[in-house]
Amino acid sequence: MSALHALSTAPATRAGLDLARIRADFPILRQRIHGKPLVYLDNAASVQKPKAVIDAISECYSGYYANIHRGVHLLSERSTAAYEGAREKVRAFLNAASVQEIIFTRSTTESINLVASSFGGSTVKAGDEIVITGMEHHSNIVPWQLLCERTGATLKVVPFTDAGELILDEYERLLASGRVKLVAVVHLSNALGTINPVKLMIELAHSRGIPVLVDGAQSVPHLAVDVRALDCEFYAFSSHKIYGPSGVGVLYGKQALLEAMPPYQGGGDMIRLVTFEKTEYADLPNKFEAGTPNIAGVIGLGAALDWLSAIDLDAVAAHEHELLDYATAQLQEIPGLSIMGTARDKAALAAFTLQGVHPHDIGTILDREGVAIRAGHHCAQPVMQHYGVPATARASFAVYNTRDEVDALVKALWKVKELFE
Amino acid sequence: MNDLRDLYQEVILDHNKRPRNFRIIPQPTHRADGVNPLCGDRISVFLDIEDGVIKDIAFQGAGCAISSASASLMTEALRGKPVNEVEHLFEAFHNVVTTDCECPKGLGKLSVLAGVRDYPSRVKCATLAWHAVRAALEKRKEPVATE
Repeated sequence: MSALHALSTAPATRAGLDLARIRADFPILRQRIHGKPLVYLDNAASVQKPKAVIDAISECYSGYYANIHRGVHLLSERSTAAYEGAREKVRAFLNAASVQEIIFTRSTTESINLVASSFGGSTVKAGDEIVITGMEHHSNIVPWQLLCERTGATLKVVPFTDAGELILDEYERLLASGRVKLVAVVHLSNALGTINPVKLMIELAHSRGIPVLVDGAQSVPHLAVDVRALDCEFYAFSSHKIYGPSGVGVLYGKQALLEAMPPYQGGGDMIRLVTFEKTEYADLPNKFEAGTPNIAGVIGLGAALDWLSAIDLDAVAAHEHELLDYATAQLQEIPGLSIMGTARDKAALAAFTLQGVHPHDIGTILDREGVAIRAGHHCAQPVMQHYGVPATARASFAVYNTRDEVDALVKALWKVKELFE
Repeated sequence: MNDLRDLYQEVILDHNKRPRNFRIIPQPTHRADGVNPLCGDRISVFLDIEDGVIKDIAFQGAGCAISSASASLMTEALRGKPVNEVEHLFEAFHNVVTTDCECPKGLGKLSVLAGVRDYPSRVKCATLAWHAVRAALEKRKEPVATE
């Protein structure tokens, strides 16, 4: 029985989502892979796009595209309005105080590099410390290593338990050195699924006057994020993981900090006045958006946020949680399968190994069954080192996934065992 | 399942489970490490070369079934061969895993890896050990990467 067929008889989840309607919004899901219905479970790497997003990008290019912020003609005015309209949608989505606090970048990676380069470069000195955690994606490790190399600062790492939970006593001990200039922590681990207690971690850092950057690449599509309630200094995420196009990222930053920070890149759009003697920079957010941005991509992100907001984000989280619980129970039935990351507070993905079978082989065999998963180190090699494995297999969920798709995953894993035994 | 059997042939599954020459040569004349950045796999190859002939060859490391079996089969294929035949064998093997060519007879058991040609993302797994051997023969110090 195909997943779609099953849905026609059971269209609503316990959380009240109309899954058949949600799936119908995603043209890509209607295909077969190697003759089998596509079961797309690689959402933590990148999520598929609803028609509303594809249409918004297409409408921009076919209807009103022009460069923004400078044209006196109608198309430029319309493009500018749509681009700045998307900024307001991001502000509302994060509950930021002002659109001036929303910077568009290329990716979460670029957002973090912006902070490391601009904030880090202007405030971090030799002898200072940057605190990250052991479960960071490489994009929240390497920018800080580069900063440390440039400045002579030291990187400190909060360890985690075998269950995949940060050891907060160690975190507090690291904060107490008196030399920490910034904490950078992942909200939802892409390798383990752990939801870190970022609100508490921010409070602990603030009690010592230390600012905090939160890497929200994985969290925004799964958890409601309110940057004012969190009170973080910076929050970074990517469009392509929240149903928008790739090539667009967001950096939220508190206005006073962003105003005090020097520009990250120089060029057009980020200036007020240029002479060869002196350049005056533009106000926020333009100061950090040098060059013509990904105009249609940003507009596509706005459409993605509209699409997601039209579904209740709490219902999305409940549905994904139910899928994760179901998948976890099913996976644990398979002899020799170990799940990496069993934190009490967990979302959206199951990473695992299967005794005697390399994750890469699992990935290839599952692909032939139509099931797309990720196999590898997930750009989190220190996490792999913690568990002493070169790689894991990872199934990750989005709002459009179904219990039937979890069944297809589990059935395909039994085939892997059959082939290798 | 049939098409998967073309990739995961019995010989490959056997060499994955019981890799041949899976050991360290304590004082090799040549050695090198290979890494596959895509999946984090690492392999070390050791060679003992005398008078231009590969007297002994072994490997260690962790990898997928394709890379482990390929390394194991490679050690069997190269032992006793003159060093100057390695390049020729590698070329023939590379052709077999990347093109639709007929398998040349001289490849022997290595031809069981021909199924890899239908899985472009796995070619790097099949060639990792070979890249490491070439690096060892060239006495390269840095680990060789497949990308």
